[in-house]
Amino acid sequence: MSAIELRNVSRWYGNVVAINDITMTISQGVTGLLGPNGAGKSTLLHLIAGFLEPSRGELTVGGAASWRNPDIYRVLGLVPERDSVYAFLTGQEFVRATARLHKLPDPDAAAQRAIGIVEMTGTQDRRISTYSKGMRQRIKVAAALVHDPQVILLDEPFNGMDPRQRLHMMDLLEGLADQGRTILFSSHILEEVERLSGTIQVIVSGRLAASGDFRAIRRLMTSRPHVFLVRTSDDRRLGATLIGRPAVTGVEVTGRGLQVRASDYGAFSRELATLTRQEGIRLRELLPEDESLESVFAYLVES
Amino acid sequence: MFGVQGRVVASITLRATMGRKRVFLFAIPPLILVLVTVLLKLAHPPATDWPSHILGDFGFSVVLPLTALIIGTSVLGAEIDDGSVIHLLATPVRRSTVIVSKFVVAAFLTMIFVAVPELIAGLIATGGATKLAVGLFVGALVGSVIYNAVFVMISVLTTRAIAVGLLYLLVWEGVLGNFASGARILSVEQYSLGVANSIAHNTGLNAHLGLPTAVVMGAVVTVATLAFAIRRLGSFSLKGDAV
Repeated sequence: MSAIELRNVSRWYGNVVAINDITMTISQGVTGLLGPNGAGKSTLLHLIAGFLEPSRGELTVGGAASWRNPDIYRVLGLVPERDSVYAFLTGQEFVRATARLHKLPDPDAAAQRAIGIVEMTGTQDRRISTYSKGMRQRIKVAAALVHDPQVILLDEPFNGMDPRQRLHMMDLLEGLADQGRTILFSSHILEEVERLSGTIQVIVSGRLAASGDFRAIRRLMTSRPHVFLVRTSDDRRLGATLIGRPAVTGVEVTGRGLQVRASDYGAFSRELATLTRQEGIRLRELLPEDESLESVFAYLVES
Repeated sequence: MFGVQGRVVASITLRATMGRKRVFLFAIPPLILVLVTVLLKLAHPPATDWPSHILGDFGFSVVLPLTALIIGTSVLGAEIDDGSVIHLLATPVRRSTVIVSKFVVAAFLTMIFVAVPELIAGLIATGGATKLAVGLFVGALVGSVIYNAVFVMISVLTTRAIAVGLLYLLVWEGVLGNFASGARILSVEQYSLGVANSIAHNTGLNAHLGLPTAVVMGAVVTVATLAFAIRRLGSFSLKGDAV
């Protein structure tokens, strides 16, 4: 049985559709939920975690509906994005309190195990109010892990972390997945997802834009039509030459330079250098015009 | 009664509530009550029924409801506002345990900050353990319970719990309760005064409900508001990112 299953799940607020007819299955391993800010990633995680009711569709975690079902938290651990923890408690008190709320038979041992996993043993007796952002994130992960859940949801877990803390968190999540758990984390940064997950779900404007193996989707992203701005010593002559090349689908002379639409990113890059050398045209500037993540996501939605 | 989960919730709530600076807010109204009582006692005012007016009117229409409002809306409302409640709700703890634990802490703190000062002020004002002093103490204990049930429920329903609570106190209890006799049947102040007067038998308390009505209505309001709060907390939702 898949750990998380969504069938035609939608969520709307009045006339605003936050999640639009999403069907997905998430199994063991690390899955990245990728999408630009405001795409609906947090809404989707809240739906899965039982903190939002689906307006339509079916959603199960470990075979059981999560909405209005506190028992789901026996198999589910949640690391929310918001940096609000009981700051007056020490890290150890916070994790131990969570263990007791789970009614674990030995809350002290469970807390020590979870704190050990996130490597916070040395700082567990400090108040959370004195922790850095990365330490708070790790102690939240420890609390989410204390009952050894099968499914762990993390909302933007790398926000505010420095590169060293990110790497540590990535290693931690990989280790948890290797132990057979299902890890689903959200991010709006492609490189984070690339580094960590083999499987991704891409959400754009509340819809599932792409789903599956990261490498296949990455190929789709890099082989999409690209728009470049090229400035040379003779834009018109280069434009006339480029339009005859199979990798180029359009050329426009603009006030800023030559705008080129290329169907094949790699072929165009190689041919441009060769052509300018052959024609004796001096290449002054080459700028990608649509490299923002939003344009990549928009392409995935269109395709 | 509580179980492990209830004790954990209560302990965190107690530390969170007492650790905030607003704990000084809790202490100001009862301090004023005791101070005014001491000053009046020293001044020997001509009106001999001043204890029932000060401890009944000021104590039950200002000190008790305002202190209960601040405490009752903060025990859960503050965690909902800052988002830390998610760490509590993302565990298999029953929502009834959360509400009842927080309600018990709020009622207990209100008793400490209002009922005990009422007793102290009553003992000072009347010169001993009189029926008035005991009646006011018991009435304040009862009021601490009912007010907090109402205010805990309001804090689950709205993020503007203090404003809504003040509206209830000022408009319903302050204005309508004085002019419309029907409004008194749904006035927590009148339930508290009704209980206090059943012991004190003092017309200066302006109690308009008898003991049976006050007790039955107080119990109904407490149970109904807590049940509603439990139901609403069971549907607690987080807002997602805007699309």
